[in-house]
Amino acid sequence: MNDPIITINGLNKTYEGGFQALTHIDLTIHRGEIFALLGPNGAGKTTLISVVCGLVNPTAGHVLVDGFDNITHYRQARERIGLVPQELTNEAFETVWNTVSFSRGLFGKAPNPAHIEKVLKSLALWDKRNNRLMTLSGGMKRRVLIAKALSHEPRILFLDEPTAGVDVELRRDMWEVVRQLRDNGVTIILTTHYIEEAEEMADRIGVINRGELVLVEEKAALMSKLGSKQLTLNLHSPLTEIPAHLQRFELSLAAEGYELIYTYDGSQEEDGHAISELLTALEREGVTFKDLNTRQSSLEDIFVDLVKERA
Amino acid sequence: MNLHPVRAIYMAEMARTRRTLLQSIVSPVISTSLYFVVFGAAIGSRISEVNGVSYGAFIVPGLIMLMLLTQSVSNASFGIFFPKFSGSIYELLSAPISHLEIVIGYVGAAASKSILLGLIILATSGLFVPLEIAHPFWMLTFLVLTAVTFSLLGFIIGIWADGFDRLQLVPLLVITPLTFLGGSFYSIDMLPPFWQTITLANPVVYLVSGFRWSFYGISDVSLAASVGMIALFLAACLVAIGWIFRTGYRLKP
Repeated sequence: MNDPIITINGLNKTYEGGFQALTHIDLTIHRGEIFALLGPNGAGKTTLISVVCGLVNPTAGHVLVDGFDNITHYRQARERIGLVPQELTNEAFETVWNTVSFSRGLFGKAPNPAHIEKVLKSLALWDKRNNRLMTLSGGMKRRVLIAKALSHEPRILFLDEPTAGVDVELRRDMWEVVRQLRDNGVTIILTTHYIEEAEEMADRIGVINRGELVLVEEKAALMSKLGSKQLTLNLHSPLTEIPAHLQRFELSLAAEGYELIYTYDGSQEEDGHAISELLTALEREGVTFKDLNTRQSSLEDIFVDLVKERA
Repeated sequence: MNLHPVRAIYMAEMARTRRTLLQSIVSPVISTSLYFVVFGAAIGSRISEVNGVSYGAFIVPGLIMLMLLTQSVSNASFGIFFPKFSGSIYELLSAPISHLEIVIGYVGAAASKSILLGLIILATSGLFVPLEIAHPFWMLTFLVLTAVTFSLLGFIIGIWADGFDRLQLVPLLVITPLTFLGGSFYSIDMLPPFWQTITLANPVVYLVSGFRWSFYGISDVSLAASVGMIALFLAACLVAIGWIFRTGYRLKP
């Protein structure tokens, strides 16, 4: 799993107007993983993908794709990559079949109708194969872009905001497609605004902000390292303040005193003891509750904290 | 060289031509036929022979050249401009394809279409005037070289243009006037001496002259000058395209 398929070293990109879109990016993508790149608008996600795919010239640094420099050995590097862009860009008057077949040829592969058929069927586009692209819905057009990217059997797939503007059902279908691709050994790099998407799918997560890679972490480790848990107790009677004997716990009041919230680090074993101690202390203080629930902070909370911290 | 991407681009461009058959083939043929009706039959019948060739036959090479230049430029410029306009150029730029392969695909398709049109117009003109081709090899050479060179120019214009208005700018304001003033409808020795000298600065004169020579063995300038001029054009376009791809001008930020 830790076999690198993309290695980015010291990547900088400054656009002509002087805007620095990427600042010294070092990143390794592992073969077979799903890597999610998170970041607010204008953070540099698309620029980073564009440099790797050869759409944007870097100002400094270099990129290796499966051991091939993406500029000096662009043929070997690019034939391994499929790109699904953020914008729905299509030749409106072409049919689905023709445009997907065109992509395969463009990437240097001999015609293979059986493969194109397989790709179209896997994306539920087979029935639309003779339709012109201009007649398709936005979701279908997005699928066509994925089909085009898969037409030449890439080993790496970049998905730039793959489910932007796509309804919930289609989004879940696409997640399933992505998982199947990963199961077939394709490495997936996706950028997304939907934290839910990264949380649902990614093996590792990178957060980019203002052109800098703020963090790269295994999703589970990230959640456990930075994620906090909250225990909420719904009290029978409201409290006006935290009782003195409970001050040693990290407690806060909400819902006009009816909710007592205990925030703790869910990764530590002693937290379990702390909860028992808290409940015993509450009983001793005569604070009773009718219900309780726990909630782990989401990736969204973590992301917002990270970006806010660096703003 | 990998021929699959070249073939993919070439076939996609030719498919576009087939989809727009009326605009691509029928329209230029009709407009050229109208030139024959107006200049050849209506006005031409009142004009005496030019260098021993009837006026109707005299204008055939010029008309083919006029169409060849404008169609080569417009086909090639639109071919590369449209993916830029629609955004689908990302695919071309991210594909494992060399600059040469891209140029061969787009320019080859645009030139093929222009050559095909040229031959169709040649055949059409045979319906209006008696034709003779004194040097068929040179006729085809001029046809192919002009189509390729001006398709290269069109490719450059397509990359340079950042809107549909600019796409039309060069063909309308530069190519068409130069072709009309380049001896398509007259021999430059019909002009006063001063204008003859000025006209020699128009590169299209050399193309029309060489092409007309391949038909009737008459020319305004020497064959060597015509071949030299088209070779110069070709080299200039190739240098410009090489620079575009090397720098990523209007293609890669």
